[in-house]
Amino acid sequence: MRELLFHIIAFKNLPLGVVGGAAIWIILLPLANFVLLGLGKKYLKNIARIFSTVLLFVATIIALNIAYHYFFIDGKVNGVYQTINVYQMHWLSFTETMHVEIGIQLDALSVMMLVVVTFISLMVHLFSLGYMKGEERYCNYFSYLGLFTFSMLGLVVATNLLQLYMCWELVGISSYLLIGFYFQKPSAVAAAKKAFIVTRFADLGLLIGILILSFNTNSFNFQTIIQTLTNTQSSSFISITASSFLGMSTLTWALVLIFIGGAGKSAMLPLHIWLPDAMEGPTPVSALIHAATMVVAGVFLVAKLFAVFAINVTALQLVAFVGIASALFAAIIACTQTDIKRVLAYSTMSQIGYMMFALGVSKYGGEEGLGYSAALFHLFTHAFFKSLLFLCAGAVIHLVHSNEMKDMGGLKKLMPITHIAFLIACLAIAGVPPFAGFFSKEEILSAAYQNNKTIYIIALITSAITAFYMFRLYFSIFWNKPHDSRLTAHHSEGTLTMKLPLIILMVCAATVGFIPFSEFLSSNNQPYHSAINIGFSILPVLLGLGGILLAGILYFKQNNKADKITNSFQVIYKAAYRKFYIDELYLFITKKIIFNCIGKPAAWFDRNIIDGCMNGIASVASFISTSIKNIQSGKVQHYTLYFFAGVAVLLMAVLYVWS
Amino acid sequence: MIELLFHITAFKSLPLGEVGGALTHIIILSTALFFIGMYGLFTRRNMITMLMSIELMLNSVNINFVAFNKYLYPDKMDGIFFSIFIIAIAAAEAAVAIAIIINLYRTHKSIDVDDVTDLKQ
Repeated sequence: MRELLFHIIAFKNLPLGVVGGAAIWIILLPLANFVLLGLGKKYLKNIARIFSTVLLFVATIIALNIAYHYFFIDGKVNGVYQTINVYQMHWLSFTETMHVEIGIQLDALSVMMLVVVTFISLMVHLFSLGYMKGEERYCNYFSYLGLFTFSMLGLVVATNLLQLYMCWELVGISSYLLIGFYFQKPSAVAAAKKAFIVTRFADLGLLIGILILSFNTNSFNFQTIIQTLTNTQSSSFISITASSFLGMSTLTWALVLIFIGGAGKSAMLPLHIWLPDAMEGPTPVSALIHAATMVVAGVFLVAKLFAVFAINVTALQLVAFVGIASALFAAIIACTQTDIKRVLAYSTMSQIGYMMFALGVSKYGGEEGLGYSAALFHLFTHAFFKSLLFLCAGAVIHLVHSNEMKDMGGLKKLMPITHIAFLIACLAIAGVPPFAGFFSKEEILSAAYQNNKTIYIIALITSAITAFYMFRLYFSIFWNKPHDSRLTAHHSEGTLTMKLPLIILMVCAATVGFIPFSEFLSSNNQPYHSAINIGFSILPVLLGLGGILLAGILYFKQNNKADKITNSFQVIYKAAYRKFYIDELYLFITKKIIFNCIGKPAAWFDRNIIDGCMNGIASVASFISTSIKNIQSGKVQHYTLYFFAGVAVLLMAVLYVWS
Repeated sequence: MIELLFHITAFKSLPLGEVGGALTHIIILSTALFFIGMYGLFTRRNMITMLMSIELMLNSVNINFVAFNKYLYPDKMDGIFFSIFIIAIAAAEAAVAIAIIINLYRTHKSIDVDDVTDLKQ
């Protein structure tokens, strides 16, 4: 404990091994939070919220300290950020060479993720102090948050694919618990089930992909896999690229399957259907899911294995096209939704799409790897402004007690801080300089411009749409019409703990864009300098401002222009409003095709053949037993008679055999 | 019993032909005893009588043991020891059986086996 405190307090020039060793506490503290609150509910009821917030605060401090040491003091050796295994434990052995470890691996990516996850989670904890007050299952809520944070942290520091997979599933189960937190509501239960089943279905792909990769490279370890597969002379590389199945090499299959897993967690098309429904959970949880944990896991996975993805054009192109398709698709849907949390959910999907296609258009190494840095930069900035948006939405919902846009309007006077925070977050996501989103989006667009013009153009259109729907949301909530007269100044923005995270995140959302990100994080861990090209930025910014202007015209004051436009595009609007019928398609496929063609025959087989066999055996046994039941008369003398008869028969048999 | 045993052990130093004759008689006796016991076991409904029948069967076996020991392996003691064991076990068995019978009488007010058919349930 004393060492721990020492680690936290001493911002000194300690060797990274020592500071990095404290990383285990970042992981263990949320776990301790989960276990203690989960088991000691009775005793910790009153201090639960303070307890977990303090634990997470400590974890955040450690994470920041490690990041400081890693990036500024001794993470860099000869101009390359090192990958350091600070903790490793032998866990499972399969063969002599193949074994699984549990450990903590720090590289630039995971250190960045540690900071993001702990920081956003801390903000969510702070916000929840006020937001969840008076909830009956307050204690459970905080212990689930602990589990969620723990599993995501375990995921980002994983040393090998199996540890990653384990934490990946833990993320799934904790999201299930949190989405279904209000389990009295049937819709929450359905949403939780949907999220779990859809991501679980995608995880099957991930598992198979992991098995293929590790079977061919004889290792689960990230470093070993990357080293083996990037060495084009190695026998593993030759065997994995030479063999092919259905026209694609084994490597391509493995990467595509891994990407399916990532796409499921990151809500990429067509596995995104769980994301909007996941809004059934408490709003701070949505902030956590959408900003720091869960949905960015897919991006993290692709980034972690990027060196392998980079040698396979097919898989990388798939990533790019799925990413851009999701970005555009979600942006269009977001324009038509009326539930503010759903708008935000689709905007998350769209932004994650941005990150994915940025990875997809990237190449490996140096300046060529701009897309990689840009994707993670966007992940970083997005975490701040998206959690800010969700927490603001939480504050609004807390006040209005409704998720629907039509119940809101004119709230700017009632909630000045939320108003400013929401505005800054919207400007950031719309890519208006000098807010955070501008910088990361510019890098993504320039990476796309260099590699694929089609993707670039679609991304530009998407960014204009993004600006439009975000400001549609902003104007509808805070301007549009005078606020509901029943809401008075008594309905304040909530306690200090609810305002504080908004203010902190607001500052972050406004400023984190100035971090020269590519000097910390690049595809080959060699920092480089990327400059913003002013001339290049003009077009996207103008498009963004155009989107904002359009939203202003339509939604700044209450008018019927928006209705007129929707009426003239009835068909498209309806389709987008119904989310392009993807849910219906899924229902059709599952209910009509899978249930009828597979489920029903299976049920028939089960009921008639399997159960039939069982029933047959049972009825034969019961027939035999009823027919010999009468022998059991209960009369001792009958039994002795049988006994002697048996002995006599045996005797005769023995005599017959002997003679 | 004792006279019977005495009677059997009294066949001393007889020539083989006579031994065979004596043995035959004894076997006939023991067989008769055994089947009398068995008949009693099957036909009597009174538990005490059934117990007595079982004793008869046990003793017929004892007779066989002693007789075979005496006439076939006179220099060994195995048969005699066996019969002593059986007598001891029979005593124990009688104690247990009588305890069971007393208990049955307490619960069923009868020691007639036909009244005690609860086993089948």
